Amino acid sequence: MNIIAEISRWAIPLLLLLVPIVAYFRRVPVYESFVEGAEEGFKTGVRILPFLIGMLVAIRVFVDSGALNILSHWLRPLINMLGLDPDFAAIIPLAIMRPLSGSGALGVATQLINEYGPDSYIGRLASTLQGSTDTTFFVLTVYFGSVGIKKYRYALKLGLLADIIGLIASVWIVTKVFY
Amino acid sequence: MVNLIWLLMLAIGIVVAALNGHIESVTTSAMKAAELGVEVAIELIGVMSLWLGLMRLAEEAGLVKGIARIFGPAIRRLFPSLKPDSKALGAIIMNLSANILGLGNAATPFGLKAMQELQKENPTPDVASPAMITFLALNTSCITLIPATIIGVRLKANSVNPTEIIGTTIVATGCAMFMAILVDYLIRRRRKL
Repeated sequence: MNIIAEISRWAIPLLLLLVPIVAYFRRVPVYESFVEGAEEGFKTGVRILPFLIGMLVAIRVFVDSGALNILSHWLRPLINMLGLDPDFAAIIPLAIMRPLSGSGALGVATQLINEYGPDSYIGRLASTLQGSTDTTFFVLTVYFGSVGIKKYRYALKLGLLADIIGLIASVWIVTKVFY
Repeated sequence: MVNLIWLLMLAIGIVVAALNGHIESVTTSAMKAAELGVEVAIELIGVMSLWLGLMRLAEEAGLVKGIARIFGPAIRRLFPSLKPDSKALGAIIMNLSANILGLGNAATPFGLKAMQELQKENPTPDVASPAMITFLALNTSCITLIPATIIGVRLKANSVNPTEIIGTTIVATGCAMFMAILVDYLIRRRRKL
């Protein structure tokens, strides 16, 4: 665990040190090549801008309106039907938010952790869930958008399936490890 | 499907805001989100330029090829449609490594670079290629060894053991990643892609 944390801490400084040194000794004009590559960053950033704005606007309007709470409320009977802990309903907004928005999901998770306590069932589940899935919907639209893909085929279904598996696995492992 | 989801989020949001009697929040939300989009993109331009500059150095020094040669054979099995000398492989490996190490803002530039390289090999420019779908499935379900942000949140909330969720997180993502790879493989086999 400490080793991994150390690797994470050193990874970037070491890359920044070693890559230019190796390149220099292999006779690459280091500064000029760096600038050439960096130029692409600007183009890519500009290209994804409209996709970012389009998605962020729709997600923000949806979340700020309170629609998320209503949706979560509707899903509550499902929790009861599945025979799950009623407390579990608190996690629904996070589960819906997770594929849509990274910062939004972090906000919901932070609120859950503070409200229920970090070492409660909900706190641990929210922590696990936040760390275990990505903003699938958002990543797909921006990544595909950046290269002009319009037809996603089965990509969205596959990504969301992985998210659902992540949710189920989170519930299972948190219950198994801590209770 | 994306068109429908986008429309539904927007329309439901506006209707719910109207029913809740705070329709003006739609205006502020929309404007703020648009501004945020620019902020995110501008920030990304900085980080992305840095990483793509470094990536270019690594490419010209032959390092990317080296990495692709070491890790390539394992990764390549997931991408049977890639060309033997595909440039996408290096970017894919860099993206996954950054994800695993939890270096989120380094992962995005490599990921977008990988998409550009995959697009060069895509025979149908506006339809997602199987390799792209496999890559995105891997990318969004990728294991993170240290979920640093959430550990920080737990620390601030006075958790007795902020890092106790590392193990559960790895197991949960591991399941998601495994299923993503498996289902992707099955779909490709059934559709003969």
